[in-house]
Amino acid sequence: MKEIITVNNLTKYFKAHGKADTAAVDNVSFSLHDGETLALVGESGSGKSTIARLLTGLIKATDGNIRIYDKDICKMKKNKAIELYSQIQMVFQNPAESFNPRKTLGYGIGESLKNRGYNSGATANKVAELLEMCGLPAEIALKYPHQVSGGQCQRAAIARALAVEPRILICDEATSSLDVTVQKQIIELLDKLRKSKILSIIFICHNLALVQQFCDRVIVLYDGKIVDQGTPDEIINNPQADYTKLLVDSIL
Amino acid sequence: MSSVNRQVSVRQLKVKKCNTKCRLIVFATLAICLVAVAVFADRLCPYDPYAQDLSLSYQAPSAAHIMGTDAYGRDMFSRVIVGARASILSTLALVCIITLVGTAVGTISGFIGGKVDAIVMRVSDFFLAFPGLVFALAVAALLGGGVLNAIIALAVISWPKYARVARSQTLSVKVSSFVQAAVLAGDNPPQIIFRHILPNIFGPILVTAMLDIGTMTMELAGLSFLGLGAQPPIAEWGSMMSSGRSMLQTYPWVVLSPGIAIFISVVIFNLLGDTVRDYLDPK
Repeated sequence: MKEIITVNNLTKYFKAHGKADTAAVDNVSFSLHDGETLALVGESGSGKSTIARLLTGLIKATDGNIRIYDKDICKMKKNKAIELYSQIQMVFQNPAESFNPRKTLGYGIGESLKNRGYNSGATANKVAELLEMCGLPAEIALKYPHQVSGGQCQRAAIARALAVEPRILICDEATSSLDVTVQKQIIELLDKLRKSKILSIIFICHNLALVQQFCDRVIVLYDGKIVDQGTPDEIINNPQADYTKLLVDSIL
Repeated sequence: MSSVNRQVSVRQLKVKKCNTKCRLIVFATLAICLVAVAVFADRLCPYDPYAQDLSLSYQAPSAAHIMGTDAYGRDMFSRVIVGARASILSTLALVCIITLVGTAVGTISGFIGGKVDAIVMRVSDFFLAFPGLVFALAVAALLGGGVLNAIIALAVISWPKYARVARSQTLSVKVSSFVQAAVLAGDNPPQIIFRHILPNIFGPILVTAMLDIGTMTMELAGLSFLGLGAQPPIAEWGSMMSSGRSMLQTYPWVVLSPGIAIFISVVIFNLLGDTVRDYLDPK
């Protein structure tokens, strides 16, 4: 299968006042294939979310390069970013925080469409279509984030991410703050979407059981480095690194 | 038991919210009345506030002149009403200017961050390090007397407070997921500031501005009192108090009438500011 994201020797240092710089991501290389669901697992601070933000160009890498569809996004000019965001989108961890509290959900979902020249009628139609696709009634578009549940908000966030029909979706702990039944619904939704839309997903998570169910390949991160990788079954049945063993032991 | 307690506390909260709303309506109405007096001053005053009649000088309050008359026989009541224009309207203009300038500077500086932010904040520290009114006196003295110059002088020293508030709020909103989502939606920086940051930092800035109206009224009146604001014969509360101060013991109404006007408007605007704060932050 074709590699659509290639990450080589990616390193990100964060400046720390007075102390040595901390490496959030340390010399990481991996790739994502077309149509694949790749899990990034690891404890808090292991660099999962930093990788997500690097991949979407929200922060700049200290070293290394990221190629998405054969374009080096580390050297991308800021005004070209909108082209990148037509290919890669992200769903955030905290659903309540991922929508502007002063704007309706419909506004948030339609924003990327408006920025791409849709008029208000076309935007409204597309928003209704996206909401339906994510299993939400069209009235949700008129609600504010605090008026809907966490699960509904996360569905709306997925609808927003899919508005520009990206090929790659990054789910940054998209299910972590939801309760288990809602988690299951969101996973089912993502599963349905990846089949119908041929999405490649980078699924950031710390729940190996969920990963085993949902992902094709797993990368285990510890302290900014890749310590283990393979299929979920390989990781669970034959963990190599000490941290992976701990992680496998923690599956209930 | 706990559910009973909870019901009570919910009811108390509702009562509190309702009280705040009632207070808001009352004080907002009073403030609007004050502004209306300032706007329609010409039609409301019974006498020409600038017409001098030395035969009527220093008349005590009476039915004809309810606040008495000043040294030149001008009706104090009419002068207090017309003075509202120079005092209240210029205060509001001043607060609008510093809110806009301070918010713009603070938001942009917080949004850009890095060196720009460091430089802007050191400049604002420079202004905050001076005792405000002393610095305003220096600026006003440099520019010369006049209401406009007094507004400029106070604006120069007052914007950093707003820049600080706007900056700190911007820093906290900037890192939230919805701003990152907006970046991914393809918003450019001005769109992010206007669509996502400003609507979310508006509350604290509004509260700061409302609480500042009272202070600014006093500072403008203070500058005028010292002869650096409104110039005679323009009716302005601070300069009216100043011109009557030597007669305080013999003809107290010349000082007390504008003094009471300042007192009332400052109290109303401060209470309005407090209520707006309580209303926006129900904790």
